[in-house]
Amino acid sequence: MINYIYLTVLLPLIGFLINGLFGPKIKNEKVIGIIGSSTIGLAFLVTVFALFETINLPVESRSNTVELFTWLSVAGLNIKFAYLVDQLSLTMSLIVTGVGFLIHVYAIGYMHGNKGFWRFFAYLNLFIFAMMNLVLGDNFLVLFLGWEGVGLCSYLLIGFWYDRKFEKGTTSEAAKKAFVVNRIGDFGFLLGMFLIYLTFDSLNFHEVFTKAVSFPVSESTFGLIAIFLFIGATGKSAQIPLFVWLPDAMAGPTPVSALIHAATMVTAGVYMVSRAAIIFTSAPTVMMIVAVIGLLTALVAATIGLVQNDIKKVLAYSTVSQLGYMFLAAGVGAFGASIFHVMTHAFFKALLFLGAGSVIHGMHEEQNIQNYGGLKKYMPKTYITFVIAAFAIAGFPGLSGFFSKDEILWFSYANGGIIFWIIGVLTAMLTAFYMFRLVSLTFFGKERFDHHHVHPHESPLVMTIPLMILAGLSLIGGYIGIPEIFSGSHGNVFHNWLEPIYAPALAKLKIYGSHTHFEEILLMVISVALALSAIYFAYKIYTSKPHIAENISKRFKGSYNILFNKYFIDEVYEAAVVQPIQKGSEKLLWKFADTTIIDGAVNGIAKLVDRSSNIIKKLQTGVVQFYAIIMMIGIAITLLWIILSL
Amino acid sequence: MNIELILFIILATIAAVTSILVITRSNAVISAVFLVLNFFALAGLYLLLNAQFISVVQIIVYAGAIMVLFLFVIMLLRTDGEPRIFSDKRYIKYFALLISIFVFIQVSYLLLIGSPSKSVTGNQSASINSGTIETIGKELYTNYIIPFEVAGFLLLAATIGAIILAKKKFE
Amino acid sequence: MLSIPIEYYLILSAFMFIVGVTGVLIRRNAIVVFMCIELMLNAANLSLVAFSSYHGNPVGQIFVFFVMTVAAAEATVGLAIIIAIFRNKLTVNVDEINIFKW
Repeated sequence: MINYIYLTVLLPLIGFLINGLFGPKIKNEKVIGIIGSSTIGLAFLVTVFALFETINLPVESRSNTVELFTWLSVAGLNIKFAYLVDQLSLTMSLIVTGVGFLIHVYAIGYMHGNKGFWRFFAYLNLFIFAMMNLVLGDNFLVLFLGWEGVGLCSYLLIGFWYDRKFEKGTTSEAAKKAFVVNRIGDFGFLLGMFLIYLTFDSLNFHEVFTKAVSFPVSESTFGLIAIFLFIGATGKSAQIPLFVWLPDAMAGPTPVSALIHAATMVTAGVYMVSRAAIIFTSAPTVMMIVAVIGLLTALVAATIGLVQNDIKKVLAYSTVSQLGYMFLAAGVGAFGASIFHVMTHAFFKALLFLGAGSVIHGMHEEQNIQNYGGLKKYMPKTYITFVIAAFAIAGFPGLSGFFSKDEILWFSYANGGIIFWIIGVLTAMLTAFYMFRLVSLTFFGKERFDHHHVHPHESPLVMTIPLMILAGLSLIGGYIGIPEIFSGSHGNVFHNWLEPIYAPALAKLKIYGSHTHFEEILLMVISVALALSAIYFAYKIYTSKPHIAENISKRFKGSYNILFNKYFIDEVYEAAVVQPIQKGSEKLLWKFADTTIIDGAVNGIAKLVDRSSNIIKKLQTGVVQFYAIIMMIGIAITLLWIILSL
Repeated sequence: MNIELILFIILATIAAVTSILVITRSNAVISAVFLVLNFFALAGLYLLLNAQFISVVQIIVYAGAIMVLFLFVIMLLRTDGEPRIFSDKRYIKYFALLISIFVFIQVSYLLLIGSPSKSVTGNQSASINSGTIETIGKELYTNYIIPFEVAGFLLLAATIGAIILAKKKFE
Repeated sequence: MLSIPIEYYLILSAFMFIVGVTGVLIRRNAIVVFMCIELMLNAANLSLVAFSSYHGNPVGQIFVFFVMTVAAAEATVGLAIIIAIFRNKLTVNVDEINIFKW
């Protein structure tokens, strides 16, 4: 099945074409939904088979390339459209197709009654197509193709309800913002690709990474390449400074937020950094930058999420924060841990979003958690799965989030230092707190909604079954990555599975996990204790004594304002970047360059022709002798020429 | 210094001077009269060249028919005297004069460096024989009979054209 | 009779031709322009006859015969046109007959 891996890309494309071209004609929502979901389901099965085949292969030959056709062959640049089937790409493919399939099924129920139903499923399939290209590509260019493709689909899907208002603008503006900010990151990615080609004369992963080990390339070149690639990653994966599009992306339907902005697209940056691990580890300065930015993003986003009142906004900032954790892991060299967190985060974050969608659906599109309260008895299945996911993200021992987050914290201490660990644990506390604030305000406590107008109800099976499956995964998905101290002789299965990919990169690292088991257990216990206490406090405050929270927010009104307005970063960008560019474009480029110079040149040529023709037309006087004089002049010149050439 | 040269000088002078006078007189009739004199001088030159037939035809056709036609038309149209030649539009006229002189210099130069006198044999008896009316008649009616007939048609067409162009419309 | 070098005839012919050209360019009266055209034709005739005589070949003179025929026809038709124009514009000044302009 490895050789048929292209089916995982082809099937979503076929789904997109069928739903896109014939969607309006197929009046039956079920058929559209089944077409859309089954393509992804089949792709998932293909991936699973490929996985089993790869497991049965010996470790050295687990990296296989399936070549489709030659894409570009021009002047020494030879790019083949080929897919690389190895441990890393299989892991990502499983996440994308598996979680994607569940979300597709959920969307059949969530988007019921929408008049753009077929369009939604067409776009979703197109997205999976692009994402699969991204994770399966065997060279930077195919990855970039997928990269741009998911950006496009993100734009299409965020602005899906194109005629709706969203905060101060419209959904289309939010979609544009996502696209433009992504583009800024893409520019960095492109520069990185150019540098890679210049240095290594190829864009193929295998060739580039082999040469990166053996070529005598200076550290500053690696640093430049790495920083440019990382800029691309900050755009796509919403890190500081390019994270501003993700909260606005909540304008799209909830399945979109779950699929694109939680589980898959935003992890593309993490995947790309992991793939190019050797480039990063060859530039220690950039690794430090990556870790610091990841850590800061995690902290800042967690503080903002603490005070938001829109359920999806809280989850959006939570996503930004968790992505920060993944980059922190990559920055300290724990690439395996970052991919592990990608996987577990996909499970519980998708579950959180889908659960939020279920709540929104049940509360008739109300999204403000201050208007929720006590919903646990109206939506039991949603409530149970949501709480499981909340425990997972908070790091409750035994759940999937616990293992992945703990591994990240451990490596940040072992490879980075105590500071990384302290801030990481602080952020974990904040994560637990805001998550359970959300849970308490939504499902517990007094009911703060108007019973006459709103009748909350549970969602249909087509929506709750994916929730339950994801809850199961959140519960047990972490056991595949149990650290050595618990699993003994098995070692860390997930870690060992991915290890051959990172071995050359890790060889370049200076420090790596060289502390004792005792420290590991001690740190684990401390972080678990802090997280559990945060959970308890959040539950207590928001369920029974909400006035404590209100008093605190009144006492620290200044800081509350700053946090609530997300550190005013959008306003800062608007003033410092957007307005100058707009004014500059208007005054300089439009008024001056375009109107004066270009229009002036074109009009000037026309005027020149006009004026010269005005002069030349006087030659036609109508008097024949005048023409005869001209003829004589011609004869004189001709004779002169004959004489001179004799 | 034989008689031919003297005759040539006299006739050539008359031809040159009258031609200049044609273009400089403001009165159209005077110009026409000087042109007739020019034709007479040319006829004399043809005789010097042993072209007897052509010289006589020149007088009969050109000086006798065409110039009479010109004079009729001039008098018919009652044109007033033109103002003096170089009084208005002088710059164009000076310029035209300049160009003409320039072209004359070029043409004479080209003629002279070709040294035509080296290429012509100048056989006396052949020259006399070629100008007689028998020779010309024989050539004309045997080798050039078709152009001869076509010339007749041409004259017919010109006559018809002139009548149609110049007559008054029937009421 | 052939002691005169042929260049003399040719220079005379060129002179008369250029005088005719100058007349065409300078004169304002249409009929005088026509007369200068006749002058040019005669200059060409002189050149033809000179060459014909010096070569002893009568073809040159036959050509002159035809040139005269054509000159006669052309003068006829041209003068008829001038009369027709005069009827409409009441002038033969070429400066005022300038309909073919922009």
